[in-house]
Amino acid sequence: MKVTKEVVERIAELAQLQIPNRELDAVMEKMGRILDLVEEMQSVQTTGVEPMANPLDATQTLRPDTITEKNQRRLYQEIAPDTRDGYYLVPRVIE
Amino acid sequence: MLHKRTITELRTGLQKGEFSAEELTLYYLERIEGNARELNAYITVTADIAMEQARRSDRDRGKGVAGPLSGIPIAYKDIFCTEGVRTSAGSLMLDKFIAPYSATVVEKLSGAGAVMLGKTNMDEFAMGSSNENSHYGHVLNPWDKERVPGGSSGGSAAAVAAGLCAAATGTDTGGSIRQPASFCGVTGIKPTYGRISRWGIIAYASSLDQAGPITRTAEDAALMLQVMAGHDAKDSTSIATEVPDYTRTLGDSIKGQRIGLCREYFEEGLDGATEKIIMEAVAVLESLGAIISEVTLPNTRHAIPAYYIIAPAECSANLSRYDGVRYGYRCENPTDLQDLYKRSRSEALGEEVKQRILVGTFVLSAGYYDAYYRKAQQVRRLIKNDFVEAFKEVDILLSPTAPAPAFRIGEKSGDQIAMYLQDIYTIASNLAGLPAISIPAGMNGQLPTGLQLIGNYLDEARLLNVAHQFQLQTNWHRLSPPEGGP
Repeated sequence: MKVTKEVVERIAELAQLQIPNRELDAVMEKMGRILDLVEEMQSVQTTGVEPMANPLDATQTLRPDTITEKNQRRLYQEIAPDTRDGYYLVPRVIE
Repeated sequence: MLHKRTITELRTGLQKGEFSAEELTLYYLERIEGNARELNAYITVTADIAMEQARRSDRDRGKGVAGPLSGIPIAYKDIFCTEGVRTSAGSLMLDKFIAPYSATVVEKLSGAGAVMLGKTNMDEFAMGSSNENSHYGHVLNPWDKERVPGGSSGGSAAAVAAGLCAAATGTDTGGSIRQPASFCGVTGIKPTYGRISRWGIIAYASSLDQAGPITRTAEDAALMLQVMAGHDAKDSTSIATEVPDYTRTLGDSIKGQRIGLCREYFEEGLDGATEKIIMEAVAVLESLGAIISEVTLPNTRHAIPAYYIIAPAECSANLSRYDGVRYGYRCENPTDLQDLYKRSRSEALGEEVKQRILVGTFVLSAGYYDAYYRKAQQVRRLIKNDFVEAFKEVDILLSPTAPAPAFRIGEKSGDQIAMYLQDIYTIASNLAGLPAISIPAGMNGQLPTGLQLIGNYLDEARLLNVAHQFQLQTNWHRLSPPEGGP
């Protein structure tokens, strides 16, 4: 499958990745080759086959809606790049 | 030569007072000091923690409360969160990440008395089949230092093979325990999906990921798995079924066990010497009374395409958490929030990881979802159905673990597709969620070659039994790589 520059740019935007212009061609080619590899699968007859998301066809288990975890905000924020007053800091979003 | 002993033998030595856990740990730490940098098998060595745990083990033994793995020095693949210790997943993204809690597997092994020597090297976020994708440099194969140890649990397999730990943990999403075990001449089992809790294991592809032990012998694998397996309320995909006593059935005769050779796995692409080794191993099993037949898994050739859609799709979702906000790498001086996200991710994730995120994002994107992701999930069911049919005829499936022995460093790194094809025999059991083990079955020149046994759901005990009986008849698992020299 031919992957165009526009497709790669759109996907990179969705994935929040930057691809420098000098690498675009290589990324396009690699993606194209992977999609060629998986293309073979399109020939498989799958009408009526239920998609399989879990190998054991298990469904989500439920538990009582009670609090089981204690608040560990301070512990978890110790490893954050930047916090203040219990909040995560990021560049200003609203002027 | 303590480093050539199995867990079983080390336990006996500790019980008899031949050496203390402290002495044993020190012995291993000295070996790591002298050797690990050469192989690059460890990312982090946790000497202080190891010595503290070893001393505690000796005290416990004195009090008569030693756990089943008390004093056994092991290593964790650097994808298992270890409280207070860097857990990098082989990525610059988590180079400074100190895990605030431990994985359930780590809690369980520590609780059984195991001593943590350190964290082993791996392909970044477990994406790779050669260990060439680590931020910390590639690992060398102890049998031939110009070759790869396999991946992604290459550090763990190399460390066990080289006697730098008694056992190690690994994870296996498409073969990442079994293929390095095969390349390094050690034993590695990937249990049934959900048999071991994934809580605290850094996620790659959640419907495929499963942890398991890498050891010298099947008997050791049984001891490790015994502790690692079991339901965990913190992992809703973990199986509630009771864990059997894996050691109890190791000694059973395998007479009458029906072993099927997957026809499709012996077709094109299989190295001739590897095939010969596997057929010799089949003859050993037959001499033990196993009944050998041929079975067919008609959808085999679709396994790699299905995997390379499903795994990247799940990877793209899982790795969206690395945004430079809550933990992990953050870029310098971001101009705005988008710049923070994009540059943090782009600067700190490696090429292969970014490639898989892009492919995964593509196959999940509007207009392509049905043609790729949904289709792959349907094909996945067909692949599972093949196994369900096969297990009506046989008890165990047998194949090579990899198409050829360890390849040279750099040999396939320029050709992603050739690298992906390495996983041809291992990937289908991940897609189906079945347990599978790789054990040393022979030498291809100076390189070890692994044999894979695939079992039915939750049939780990049978795999370990057959593997153990094979190892009682053969010596391949007792061979050690040459020490020193080039």
